[in-house]
Formats: sequence, C-alpha cells, structure tokens
Amino acid sequence: MSALVRVEGLVKHYPARRGWLTPGRAEVVRAVDGVSFDIAAGRTLALVGETGCGKTTVGRTLLRLVEPTAGRFTFDGVDVFGLGREPMRALRRRMQVIFQDPSGSLNPRMTVGDAIAEPLIIHRLATRAERPARVAELLAEVGLDASFAPRYPHELSGGQRQRVGIARALSVRPELLICDEPVTALDVSVQAQVLNLLRDLQQAHRLTYLFIAHDLAVVRNVADDVAVMYAGQIVERAPVDRLYGAPRHPYTRALLSAVPVPDPGAARNRIVLSGDVPSPLSPPAGCRFHPRCPHPLKSERCAREVPELRDFGGGQQAACHFGEQPM
Amino acid sequence: MTAPVLAVRDLKTYFVTPAGTARAVDGVSWDLHPGETLAVVGESGCGKTVTSLSVLRLVPEPPGHVLPGSLIEFEGRNLLTLSAPELRAIRGNRIAMVFQEPTAALNPVFTVGEQIAEVARVHLGVSRRAARALAVDLLNQVGVPDAARRAGEYPHQLSGGTCQRVMIAMALVCHPQVLIADEPTTALDVTVQAQILELLARKQAELGMAVLLITHDLGIVAGTADRVVVMYAGQVVETAATGDLFAHPLHPYTAGLLASVPRLDGARGRLRGIPGAVPPATAWPVGCRFHPRCPHAWDKCRTEEPPLLDGPAPGQSARCWLVSEPERRKPA
Amino acid sequence: MSPRATVALLALLAAAGTAVAWARRRALATRAGRRFFGHPAAAWALRVLVFFSLAAALAPLVAPYDPGAQPAIVTLQNAAPSWAHPLGTDVYSADVWSRLVYGGRVSLGVGLLATAIALSVGVGVGATAGYARGWTDALLMRLVDVGLAVPRIFVLLFVVTFWDRISVGALVLVIGLTGWFTTSRLVRAEALSLRERPFVEAARALGASPARIVWRHLLPAAAAPIIVSAALSVGNVMLLESGLSFLGFGVQPPTPSWGAMVADGQGQLATAPWTSFFPGLTIALVVMSWNALGDALRDALDPRPEVS
Repeated sequence: MSALVRVEGLVKHYPARRGWLTPGRAEVVRAVDGVSFDIAAGRTLALVGETGCGKTTVGRTLLRLVEPTAGRFTFDGVDVFGLGREPMRALRRRMQVIFQDPSGSLNPRMTVGDAIAEPLIIHRLATRAERPARVAELLAEVGLDASFAPRYPHELSGGQRQRVGIARALSVRPELLICDEPVTALDVSVQAQVLNLLRDLQQAHRLTYLFIAHDLAVVRNVADDVAVMYAGQIVERAPVDRLYGAPRHPYTRALLSAVPVPDPGAARNRIVLSGDVPSPLSPPAGCRFHPRCPHPLKSERCAREVPELRDFGGGQQAACHFGEQPM
Repeated sequence: MTAPVLAVRDLKTYFVTPAGTARAVDGVSWDLHPGETLAVVGESGCGKTVTSLSVLRLVPEPPGHVLPGSLIEFEGRNLLTLSAPELRAIRGNRIAMVFQEPTAALNPVFTVGEQIAEVARVHLGVSRRAARALAVDLLNQVGVPDAARRAGEYPHQLSGGTCQRVMIAMALVCHPQVLIADEPTTALDVTVQAQILELLARKQAELGMAVLLITHDLGIVAGTADRVVVMYAGQVVETAATGDLFAHPLHPYTAGLLASVPRLDGARGRLRGIPGAVPPATAWPVGCRFHPRCPHAWDKCRTEEPPLLDGPAPGQSARCWLVSEPERRKPA
Repeated sequence: MSPRATVALLALLAAAGTAVAWARRRALATRAGRRFFGHPAAAWALRVLVFFSLAAALAPLVAPYDPGAQPAIVTLQNAAPSWAHPLGTDVYSADVWSRLVYGGRVSLGVGLLATAIALSVGVGVGATAGYARGWTDALLMRLVDVGLAVPRIFVLLFVVTFWDRISVGALVLVIGLTGWFTTSRLVRAEALSLRERPFVEAARALGASPARIVWRHLLPAAAAPIIVSAALSVGNVMLLESGLSFLGFGVQPPTPSWGAMVADGQGQLATAPWTSFFPGLTIALVVMSWNALGDALRDALDPRPEVS
C-alpha cells in the first residue's frame, strides 16, 4: 500500500543578510537540509526535536505556507509542490493544520462561529442556511457546547481555543492533519483532554497525523512512528516502541534521558550534553551532532564523513556510524 | 525539624479588576527550610507565580494588593512590613529570584558581565574592577565556556540556556539564603533544561541555599524537590514530601494531575485527565473549590470548604474531606 | 427668531447633550470607552460635532430664515445681533445663523465625503501594497512618494484655477484624490506587520484568497489607525475647503460655505465683525473638535495593553 504522504529530500534554505562590514558570499540558513519520510493513511508520525531543528519549518513547507527550496512532496499521488494556485487551494481541503498558539491562530475579532465557518465559506461547503448547523455539529465533535459560537476567543480558555482551532481544521473533512505543537502551550490537565480528543477524532474520521512536538512523553502517547530531527536533518526514525525501547542514535538517547520522569524513585541516568545546538548558518562538518556527541567510539570519522540513515531492522533507521554499538 | 528560613502564613493577594476582585492567592501558608527544595506546583490560574512575586513584594500595587494579616517571615522579620530601603537590601542579596524568560528578564542594552557586576556593586559595595572579575568567575562557575569573552556579550547574542545561566549567576552573587526560581526551565529545550537543573542542584549543595521552585512540570518536581506544595484556585490543596505525594496523593486534584501526565515508562493510550476547566479567580466555587471537577464530590464538598487536614504520612496534608472520611473515596 | 427656530435650537442643544451622555454611559463599560472619555476634551468635541451635524442635517427645520432670502436689503444689511437675528446679518442681508446652518451642510459634507474618498483609495492601495509586497508594493509606493512630494494646496489651487466655477462634487473628488497618500503609508505599515500574525497564516492554510485575507482579517485589525486617521483628516479637509472658499476658488456663491462667509465679511470687519467672526469661530471650533476626537480615539483604540 503506498503511503498517503511521501516526502523526499525536503530542503529549505533562507538567505541570511550579509553584514555590511563583512563582504563575501551570502550566508544561508539551512533550516531544513534533506528530510524524507512517509506516512501511511490513518497513522501518526511524530516529528520530534528541540528548538531550531527545523521541525516547524517542515510543517510549514508541506503546507506551502513557505515555499521549499528543493524536494518533493507527494500527497495521495499528487505532486504538491508543482501545483498552481487554484489546484493548491482545492488541495488544502484535504490537508489542514492546527497551530501551537491557540490564542494567536484565531482572529481576535471573529467569533468562534465565524472562525469555524470560514473554511466552509472559502470552499463553498455549506450554504448560508446550513452553516449554523454545521458549526454546531463541529463544536459538539470537539466537546464544546453550541453556545460557544457567538463568543470571542478572548472569552475562552487556552484549551477551549485549541478545540476551536481543531474544529476549524476539521470543517473541511481533511485527510491529513498537521499538528504543530498543539499541546505545548496548554496546562497538563488540558493537554490530556486535547490529546484524548485528537485520538478520538483520528479513529472516528480515519485521519492521518503529522505530529510536530518537542515533548517526548507526549509523543510516546500519540505516535505510531517517530522521526527525530537535529540541525535540519532526521537522525533517527523508528516505530514508537523501538525508538523508546532501543534508540540507536546518541542524540535520541540523550534526549530520552533528559526527559524528567514524574516518579521520584525512577533511576536517573541523565546524559547531560555540553554546548548548544549548532547555528543553522554553519552546521558542523560531517555528522552535525559530533561536537556534542557523548558516544565513546566517537572518532575523527564523525567529523569527516556525513552518516547516512542506515537500516537497523524493524523499520528503524539511524544516521550514526556507530549505530550497531549504541551507548 | 529545624526552623524555617522563610515562612509564609495566610498570604492573601487580591487584584481589583473590572470583573470584580480576583482572589489570586487566598490564604496560602508554607515553610521553606534551610537547604531544602520546596516545589510549588500548579496550573495556570492557581496563584503560584503571584505567591512568589508577593514574597519579594513585586506584585504591581494598583491592581494588586497584599492583604494585611498576611505574614512572610524571613530572618525574624515580616517582609511585608519592611521599608523600601530595607526590602531592597534583601532583594537580590539574601533572597534572589530567577525568572522564566531568561532573554526577556535581562536588560538588552547592557552586557551580561555588566549586569552581574552591577549586583555585586550594589549589594557588596565592591569596586568596579573587582565586580568585573567576580562576574567572570561566576560565569565560569555556572558553566559558561569562555567566560571572559562571554562577559562582554549582550543577551541577544546568547542562547536561552546561556541566558538562564547568567540569571542564575546574578542570583548567586551574594550567596543568598533563599533562591526563588519561577519556572526557570519552561522556556528551554529539554536537554538544556537538564543542564540547568543539574547546575541548580550543584550550587544549592555548595551554598546550602533553600530553593523555592515554582513549576507545572511534575517530572522536574520528582527529580529535584524534597517537599511539594500543590496549589489550586489560590489555595494550597496538598503538602507532602515528594515521595509521599507521588506514591499516595491524597487530594483528587493531585491524583488527577498525575493521571494527566503522559509518561515515558507508562502505558500508551487515553490519559485520564481532569474534566472541566479552572474557574475564574473572581468567582471561586462555594465549598471545596475543586468540587465541580472532582469525581468523588458529595454534598459536604459543595457547601463546606475543607481546611488542610493531616493525612496518615508525617508532613502530608490535603484540603479535602476525603482525608477525614476516606470511605467516601470512589474506586478508580 | 421665530418660536419654531428657537425651539429647534434648544432641541439641538438638548439632543447633543443627551446623545453624548448616552454614548458616554454605554462607553464607560468598555476599557476603550473609558480611555476615550478620560480625555477632557473628548466629550465636548462630541457635543460640538453632534450639534453641528444635526443642525446641518436638519437645516430646513432649524434655520429660522431661508439663507438666500434677502427680506429688507438695505435696512437689514450688516445688522448687529438681536433677538430676531441672534448672530446678526451679513452683507447680503441674510441671517448669519441660517447661513451658518446651511453652510454646515457644505463644509461638513465636503469634509466627510472627501475623507471617505481619500480613505477608500488610501486603504485600498496601502493594503494591497503591504500584503502583496514585492513589485506591486514597490510600484505603488513610488506613486505615493510622488503624491507626497507635491504640496496638496498647490495641486488644489492649480486644479480649481483652471476649472471655472467648480461644482461641489468635483471639489470633493479633487480634495479626496489628493489626500490619500499618508493613509496608504499607514495602512501599508499595518498590513506588513499583520500579515505575519498567526491568524493570518492560519487563514492562508485554510485556503483563503488574498482578497479575503485583506478584507476579513487585515483591515479589521488595522481599523484603529484608520479611524484615527479619518477623524483627523476631516478636520484637515474642512480647513482646506474653507481656505479655498475664502480665496474664492472653492464652493461658489450662492452656495453657502463657512469659508466663503468669512471672506464675505472681510469688507466690513471694522463695522460688522460678527459677519466674519461667527463663521470663523465655527470653523475653528469644529476643526478643533475633529482633532480632539482623533486624539481621544487614538488613545482609546491604542492596542497596547494598559500599564498595570
């Protein structure tokens, strides 16, 4: 069965302005530098990484909110990056997005009802008479009462706003939903409610999710497959149980060990990385993680040779020269 | 049990808003003992940040005010009744604070070295040169590589993690007795968070400081705190030693929070969560403030507000009628 | 003055007072309203504007005399204020108050209509340039640069000099079309910053067309500076019109206009000062009120959160 989503060699470079005192080549911010993955219909792929790894940029390029520098995105056989304006608008019905900031992504001057109805108007999915009923239906699906329709975003809590955002995205009955850090800005108890809601909706509508996040515990709860990003590239990709049970890449291991566990008795073997995430203007040569890598077998090969994503069986791939001997 | 270095008794901080009086902190009491880490845990709107700001009287006075009858005792004096100069002598000196957004809390037009040196000059009265040397030394101690060069850089040139280290350096200049850390790692990546927490633990052990850690992350609490205070709707709803809190939480809100957190080592699948939402601070529910969302609530909960009742474990208490009537607890 | 006119005048004063009082009561419930009425001049500005707007709108009912009527040419010429003529009569032997009321139709009308035209063009150009960016933006802004470089009064004088006996409508058009440049810059700046906001990005992700995004999302968010700009512009346009009419180039007689009335009274400033004074005072009062309104609106609609 061919995947619903197929991304190949996605690249996004931003031109960085040269300082006027430093002439020379124009610098390039390598936000995304060669990312490939597949998502089968009905599954959830989580894209995980820390600030600056490029995961949010991946989401935005797939939606063509920013145009990619290179790469190919095939959605149900359609080459998305090659579409013209009108076909692209039509395609937007099939892929939608939920943003991280629930208050920012809703127009503060539009009522909840208007915000949810907007996609219905844009894509002509309901007549004027039908809209209120449809909006009430969608509100109910996300667990909100129809009385929310005339309210404004500032009257709602963070969790409620996020539900409105979800209702808005669902109004066009998409097949793919890109969730860009949907629960990061929410309190823990609200986060649980929204995660449960996303799970229920996926089952009810057979949705496919690209779930972008940095919280590994959340990702473990929602994902079927996980791809770990670092400095614009995918360093490890595996089904969720394999990634959490037997990570191969040193960065994945460090990331997992750094997640605080809500259990005072749990053993804490924290791998504390030194230094900071590399600048996307000048990533290290060879393996981008090598300056911070705590792997005991790290050698000058890591500084010289870029590791490719290699297969380790069971659908797990990692980009490390020493993946066979994890730390 | 040694005497607490910081004792808060019946703290009430209210805000006057167009929608009425918001009782953000409504009778909060806790003790912070020397050398211990006390975590104050809660979600948005519970009052934990306002509590920490009230300690140092940083709450903006026109809309907010601390009610008389509140007591914040430090070194034998009530911080709420000190004069402005006396309070300034304590802030940054005996009690220091680290904030959530490191890049925003630092002054963008001064180098980080200058900002650390300023603390030294103001409180320790050292010369400019000595202060500068002290700043570089502190940057070294908090793990900033190439400290001498870094001291001459501006906040916008540094990463979030480095800025937070700078803030911690500023807080530690005078070897404070109490460090208040308000969500110090929330804005940071998880690997950087680990570094910062490790730094704080190391410094605490070195200096024998007491740390008041305000956070919403139960994972951090489990890893760093000795005792925990859980806040909800402006009140303390549970106090316990960390081990006791996680092993047998008394208050249904605490239990709900623990059930909401997805875990690396737990089962995958639906999270239990807590139904409903936090009520507005201008209209706390009558009776137990948590009763509208509580699976165990009965009539008494809706009419009578429970006091903090002592539980079976020493030092553990919860604001819940289930403590005195445990048979009412419904099975999970 | 006839009893009808007296009653009408008193009714106008009462209406202005109560309308503002009612608006104030409702506005004090909102934060913006409180900021607006916090301005000491705001309430008075509103009263003045409501009074003159109502007077102009209901001119036939309010004015005691027909402004064109010249009942007793000799005896009533330049008569001092009296009970029959509360503001006196002018050189045409017409009642000053009546001419003022009818003149308000022209002056206020030109002010509002020309501003409406300027606003429409300015908002359209600014929003398009700010949202589209790139070549469209560059081209439009060069046009605006040219427009801003040429002094407005010069252009207006040029046009009216060559246009013999310009009609009021044409005057409105010309004033409007020479006054949109600053607004377009303002709206462009707003559009540039707003287009990066998350909710605009969300609208693009939903598939909204650029036109829809500009109309439904950008402009309502940019409403505040546009409204303020509009209020200030009306005052400005009224001054322009008064100036042109004063010079004889604007509104042509017999249509009354406050500026023309000031000009008419020039000849008898020493003997009958009220003929220029009252229209002049009216112009000053109304323009100042528009400016005060603009200032108060700017504070009221300022999106910056209150300093707590």
